[in-house]
Amino acid sequence: MTAPLALERQRDGWRLLLSGDWSLTAMPGIEAQLQNLPALEGTLVCDWTQARAPGISPAWALLRRLAETCGTQPALDVRHTGNPPHFLELLQKLHVERHAAYSVQAPPTLERLVGKLGRWAVLQGWHGRGVIVFLGRIATVVGEAFRRPQALRVSSIARHIYETGITAIPIVSLIAFLISVIVAYLGAQQLSRFGADIFVVDLVTIAVLREMGVLLTAIIVAGRSGSAFAAEIGVMQLNEETDALRAMGMSPIELLVVPRVLALIVVLPLLTVIADAMGLAGGGLLSLINLHIPLPQFTARMRESLSHTTFWAGLVKAPVFAILIAMVGTYRGMQVRDSARELGRLTTVAVVQSIFMVILADALFAVLFVQINF
Amino acid sequence: MLDPNFNPVIRVRGLHNRFGAQVVHDGLDMEVRQNEIFGVVGGSGTGKSVLLRSILGLMHPRSGSVELYGRDVESLAVADRDSLVQSYGVTFQNGALISSLTVAQNVQLPLREHYSLSEKTLDELADMNLLMVGLPPDAGAKFPSQLSGGMIKRAALARALVLEPKLLFLDEPTAGLDPISATAFDELLLYLHSQLRLTVVMITHDLDTLFQTCSRVGVIVDGHMISDTLPGMLQNTHPWIQEYFHGPRARAAEKEAAVKEARG
Repeated sequence: MTAPLALERQRDGWRLLLSGDWSLTAMPGIEAQLQNLPALEGTLVCDWTQARAPGISPAWALLRRLAETCGTQPALDVRHTGNPPHFLELLQKLHVERHAAYSVQAPPTLERLVGKLGRWAVLQGWHGRGVIVFLGRIATVVGEAFRRPQALRVSSIARHIYETGITAIPIVSLIAFLISVIVAYLGAQQLSRFGADIFVVDLVTIAVLREMGVLLTAIIVAGRSGSAFAAEIGVMQLNEETDALRAMGMSPIELLVVPRVLALIVVLPLLTVIADAMGLAGGGLLSLINLHIPLPQFTARMRESLSHTTFWAGLVKAPVFAILIAMVGTYRGMQVRDSARELGRLTTVAVVQSIFMVILADALFAVLFVQINF
Repeated sequence: MLDPNFNPVIRVRGLHNRFGAQVVHDGLDMEVRQNEIFGVVGGSGTGKSVLLRSILGLMHPRSGSVELYGRDVESLAVADRDSLVQSYGVTFQNGALISSLTVAQNVQLPLREHYSLSEKTLDELADMNLLMVGLPPDAGAKFPSQLSGGMIKRAALARALVLEPKLLFLDEPTAGLDPISATAFDELLLYLHSQLRLTVVMITHDLDTLFQTCSRVGVIVDGHMISDTLPGMLQNTHPWIQEYFHGPRARAAEKEAAVKEARG
């Protein structure tokens, strides 16, 4: 293979002989050779006679390199001979335009960093404001529903109850059952060392009813429905469907957000009851098989271990979790703008944030319940 | 190898396409010659985009053959297919820029995939292609969602041109643009066509574009294609073609084109 360029000294200047493959395919080799080109002055004649199938990109790289090496020199007079490619004129014209366009300087680093920080702070402020506005809008719609019942979209709420609730029953039941079996099994292993097998019943009952039933349900629903809310509303945002609704005098908050929030407030307590039941069933089954505690004894012991608040201490958290999950999901959905990447990012954010909020709220409830002896 | 000087560049023979009971193409023939701008027109649902997708190999026709540069697209070996795909550029109707990449990264995408070049060279080539389609230099750092419709079409064209194709497919390049941007795009296309010696196949509904740029036109009617030069097409007696080329919009576009030609 011949070298793509050879530089010759001539009496009246320089001669650059271009040879071999000069198409885009040979670009990596040409690029490397161009890097070795020394700084030149005077006149330079580019001879294209032996260049095969010259491509636009290599030709542009040549022009750029010649301009660069001679940037500080007195101008180099470049001429092209030997049947130069037909697009060279276009490239030369673009090259002149490029010089005019690129004389703008980027601001210095420090200034850019401060600017970045400032923009971030302003953005956070806007986000905070956005959350408050969002909450306010939802409150407005709910308040309005007392005067104008049709503001509550019953059919829409029903659909979301079905999608977030009924279809979630199998997975919620299964997971509550299995987790409860695991807890009972681990508890039995430890407690049997002290001959306190029967306390497995207390462990399962209190753990499932107070904490695990509602927490597991909330996390599953956040993963299933929180992401679905964000994605559904996000795609509607991308398609300008929400804008279309606004333009027709309908409120996307009323049509899209409030039904989802209300549906989840209805659904999550019901799912929690199912999860509680399945959890107790799992505990009962394991006690029967592993610890040979017959079912009547299990239920009797269960009644003893329950105080009148145990069940309600779990259930009362469900609507609060529902509000958190639905609001985070729908809010993130409404934030989607412009691109598919935003949609993916905000859907992820919706799930992660709603699970985080649920667990945080659960911790606050735990402290509160201890304080008020609930 | 594929011979870029083969004449005709595209030859479609007896193309059949159907979706369920709906026949889209019923033995469609089409020929595109070297260095021409070939406009494809037809009513909505006559299968313009389906034809384009068949030629590009994005869908398999029920029957019929598609030849590019004299080679049957279906029977190509994988390596030849890759080189064939690199030998043409395509712009899609809505630009189809990858929304998670900046405009410059979009333009560099095929270069990055097929050649190992330094970052500096990649940046230079992105700059060149953006300049070539008349985008301002700061457009490269923007994301597609920050661009106007006209700029998206130009950026898509820059990406289609970056591998230096000799053949360019444009799907509705001026749809959704204001008349000024559309005219500017027509002029850009004509300029690049003459400077880069491109063969262009263009699906368009824009009569102005058709009259300003196309050297030949193919009309899809009844599942077939009728190809002719513009003056020839104006003489055609098929009722749909008559209506298309002699409606009020067509007459206005025709007049404008004549005026422009008279001015030189």
